[in-house]
Formats: sequence, structure tokens, C-alpha cells
Amino acid sequence: MAIKVDDISYLYERDTAMQVRALDHVSVEIPDNQFIGLIGHTGSGKSTFVQTLNGLLKVTEGHIYYNGEDIDGEKFDKKKLRSDVGLVFQYPEHQLFEVDVLSDVCYGPKNLGMSDEEAKKVALEALESVKMPKALYKSSPFDLSGGQKRRAAIAGVLAMKPRMLILDEPTAGLDPRGRDEILGLIAEMKRALNMTIILVSHSMDDVARYVDRIMVMGGGKLLYDDEPVKVFRHVRELEELGLSAPQVTYIMTLLKERGLDVNTDVLNVKDAAAEILAHRRELHV
Amino acid sequence: MFDSITLGQYYQTDSVLHRLDPRVKLVGTFAYLISLFVVDSLPGYLLAALFLAVMIKLSNVPFRYIVRGMKTILFLLIITVCFNLFLTPGEVIWEFWIFKMTREGLNFAIKMAIRLSLLILGSSIMTLTTTPTQLTDALESLMRPLKKVRVPVHEIAMMMSIALRFIPILMEETDKIMKAQIARGADFESRNLIKKIKSMVPLLVPLFISAFRRANDLAMAMEARCYRGGEGRTKMKPLVYSSKDRVAYLILLLFFAACIAMRILF
Ligand SMILES: Nc1ncnc2c1ncn2[C@@H]1O[C@H](COP(=O)(O)OP(=O)(O)O)[C@@H](O)[C@H]1O
Ligand SMILES: [Mg+2]
Repeated sequence: MAIKVDDISYLYERDTAMQVRALDHVSVEIPDNQFIGLIGHTGSGKSTFVQTLNGLLKVTEGHIYYNGEDIDGEKFDKKKLRSDVGLVFQYPEHQLFEVDVLSDVCYGPKNLGMSDEEAKKVALEALESVKMPKALYKSSPFDLSGGQKRRAAIAGVLAMKPRMLILDEPTAGLDPRGRDEILGLIAEMKRALNMTIILVSHSMDDVARYVDRIMVMGGGKLLYDDEPVKVFRHVRELEELGLSAPQVTYIMTLLKERGLDVNTDVLNVKDAAAEILAHRRELHV
Repeated sequence: MFDSITLGQYYQTDSVLHRLDPRVKLVGTFAYLISLFVVDSLPGYLLAALFLAVMIKLSNVPFRYIVRGMKTILFLLIITVCFNLFLTPGEVIWEFWIFKMTREGLNFAIKMAIRLSLLILGSSIMTLTTTPTQLTDALESLMRPLKKVRVPVHEIAMMMSIALRFIPILMEETDKIMKAQIARGADFESRNLIKKIKSMVPLLVPLFISAFRRANDLAMAMEARCYRGGEGRTKMKPLVYSSKDRVAYLILLLFFAACIAMRILF
């Protein structure tokens, strides 16, 4: 399963004075089983981009191919696409509506035509994947804490057994602990469920530790698309976009600028420490 | 998803009409609506249409945009015309099954269609060029005399401006929740009525919850800033008439006089 995005653009409020070009000729390929971070400043077009991927927004120009088929083609089955490409919106807890958590998670599978038992089975699996405490399955979704609500909402999409999961700013509005929990959970889901995950965020620190590939958006354009370490080499350009590299990258870049010949391609504190210690000699000079 | 609802939504651009005092526009729109019932002849309607055409030109809003908004109420227009066409008693000129079209009905229906179209276009010119805030400011200012008879003018205006302010917010919210549920396999386009009603639950429950949450937040924020009604409140942008507003009033007066003249002449 792969998605090929071919030169797409998206315009909001087309043909009015308020017209916005939210996507500007974006081309990209998304293969199977990759963990991708999609980064960009607020308003750079991230949400618009992910909504075009599962056909919620119809692209103004260009084409999107799913397994070689044009998703705007006449015979294309959009419902299948939407179950294959699960999209968790920003603040997904706002979409909860059922009387209890379990029924809410069953909503998606039932829409796909599963029987009550089947739906319940996949819902229980999904709730387990997001580590929802069993005691809460029968409580009202509105009584949960912020982090729990979000997990319930993620389970609601996960229960549809998507082959690709897109999470739009899943850490927005959470405290540092809730944030780390959700990110850890996503990384774990990636390992356990073997699917493609696109993690949308405006914080490099969020994604740097986990992903295989980073796509950077700015002004509706795809500016960088590479392995994390290679993207972080553009620290200064990222800053101009209102983004920042992970903090260790800054330290390493600064050290290098001051004349210490360290490798700046490190992503975590441990590697950074090792790298600096390896250059201990130069430090004394 | 709501791209088609442009009827009466503020259109941001710069024009003479946009810069006019909102009170002039409000009074002007009322005068125009009344004038549509004052004139009662073809030349009269031509005059009214001409006046409107000039206003549309002056408003700098693309004509295409205005017409697109009209589409939403085309249905209403057609129904009205049909009712008048077939249900007015008089001399029958065309008959089919139980439907009898009468000469009086035809006359009346044409008049009605012209009137309604001009009426809707006329009032949408006002809302297209005036922000909801300006509109309620104007209303508050024009209704001020009513305060003497203990009408809570400020409160009414405040309620109106909050309601108007929330329309786009709730629309955006609806759009978001709808998309989120479609992503979970919801089908809002089903033809089956029962299915359709059922599919509304996952949309309406979150929408109501969010509306109440927003109302609560807003009330809290207003209280935190010591809002306690209109007593002694001042405005950041007080409404002041300038010379172009006076000219606009004069033009309105001339137009209205012309309409009355038309009524007497034809
Ligand atoms: N419903 C909408 N109507 C009009 N413009 C929109 C709408 N949604 C987003 N935009 C505009 O499109 C651009 C990209 O928005 P978005 O994709 O939400 O960015 P991000 O998710 O990166 O913050 C922004 O300039 C935004 O103002
Ligand atoms: Mg966004």
C-alpha cells in the first residue's frame, strides 16, 4: 500500500478575495511501514495536506494515487480509502458522542458494516492498544481526563484497522507528561501494529526521537523531506520558518561553529555526550 | 463544506459602501425595502433595480459572489411564485389538471418575484458590506431612544452581536466534526430518512457540547473583565457621521422621493 501525491494544490475560498493557497504544488511518496513526522509552523498547510490524503478535501490541482488508483477517479471507493487511511484530527476528543467509551470506539467499525460482536472485538483490541484502563470502558467519554479522552478518540480510529494512521497534532493542549505518554504510545503502536504512521506536529523535539523521515512544510510547500539528521542540518533555515531543531542539535551546531569538530548529526542527549567526550582532547587546546 | 452559503456573509474588501457609517446602511436598507412596496409599476421597479445596480457596483463585491448566495433561496422564490401563480382567483388563462393559472395570478407572481429578488439582494448588500459588529452597533445607536421606555437596548444588541459572532464559529465547528466523523466512516449523504436522522446524532451531540462549552467560556471571560451591562460603557470606535454619510442620507432621501413620485405618476 502506497500513496503517491502528484503535484497537488489546494485553495480555500476559491475565487473570492479571501482565497488562500493552503497547498502549493506538493509532490511526495509515502511507502509502507514508515514512521513520518510532518512538521510546519501553524498555517503552513499540514492539516490541509493530511485531509487531502484520505479524500476529505478534494485537491484543486494535481492527483493523489492510492495503490496506483486516482482517488478522485469515478470508480474509486472512498469509504475503503477512509478506513485504510485513518485520520485522527486535532483535538479528537471533540468528536466523542456515545454514552460510554466502548460504544464510541465501536462507531467506526459499525460504519464499516461490522456486526455488533465483530465491532466490539476490534474495539476492545483498539482500547487495549491505547492502554485505556479497563475500568473506564463503560464510563461516559465526557468524564475522562484530557489525556484519556484523546486515547479513546485515537482508539476510535484505530478500531477501523487502518493500514496507515495519521495523527494531526496529537499532543496539542496536553501537559508535558500527557505529551510524552501519547508519543510513547504512538511509537509503541508503530512497533506492534506495523503500519505507516504520519505524526503531524509543530515541534521538532516531539518527533525527532521517533520518526524515520521528516517532512517540513512552510507556506503550503514541502520544503524538506529527508532523514531527521539530514533535515536538522538546516538549523538556520528551520529557524527562519519559525521552527526549531532539537535542543541537542543546537548545542552541537554551536560547538561546531566555535571550532570543535563534532558530528552534528545526533538526535539524543546520550549520543551527543558521547560525541563531545570523543573530542575531549580538542577541548583542552 | 459550507462554501455555498454566501448569502449575507460579510465580504471583505474596500469600497465606499464598506466605509459608510453602518447606521446609514441600516436606515438605507429599510428605506429601500419600504420603497419596494411604495412603487407599484414597471418604471418604479426599473428605478429600484437601477438604484440597486449602482449600489452593487459601488460595493466592489463581485456580482458572481452575490448571485451565488442567491442560489440558496432560489427554491423559496420558486415556491412563492408558484403559489401566487396558481392560487390567485381571477380570469383563467391556462389550465392543467387541478392547476388554474389566472391573469391576476400571473401579474401578481411576476411582481412578487421582482420584489422578493430586489428585497433579498438589497438586504444582502448591507450585510455584505457591514460586519456584524458594526451592524449591532448601529442598531444599538438607532434604538437608543427606546431606552427611555425601559427597553434593554444594550443587552439586545449584545445578544445579537454574540449570536452573529457565533454563527461562523459554529459553522466551522460543524465542518470539523462532520469531517472527523466522515473519517470514521460516517455517511451524511444517505437518502434513507431514518438513516439520515440517525447519522445526525454523532454530529449534533459534539456540536451542542462545544456550543455550551464556548458559551460558558465566553460568560466567564466577560465576567472576568467585569462586564455588567451597558451602564456607563464607552465604545472603542464610537459611531460618528462624516460628510459622506450626510451625502448618502441625501441620496437616499432623493431616491425615496423619486419612488413616491413614481407611485403618484404611474
Ligand atoms: N476552512 C478554511 N477556510 C479558509 N482558510 C483555511 C481553512 N482552513 C485552513 N485555512 C488556511 O489554510 C492555511 C493552511 O491551514 P492548515 O492546513 O490548517 O495549517 P496547519 O495545520 O499547518 O496549521 C492557513 O493559511 C489557514 O488560514
Ligand atoms: Mg493544523
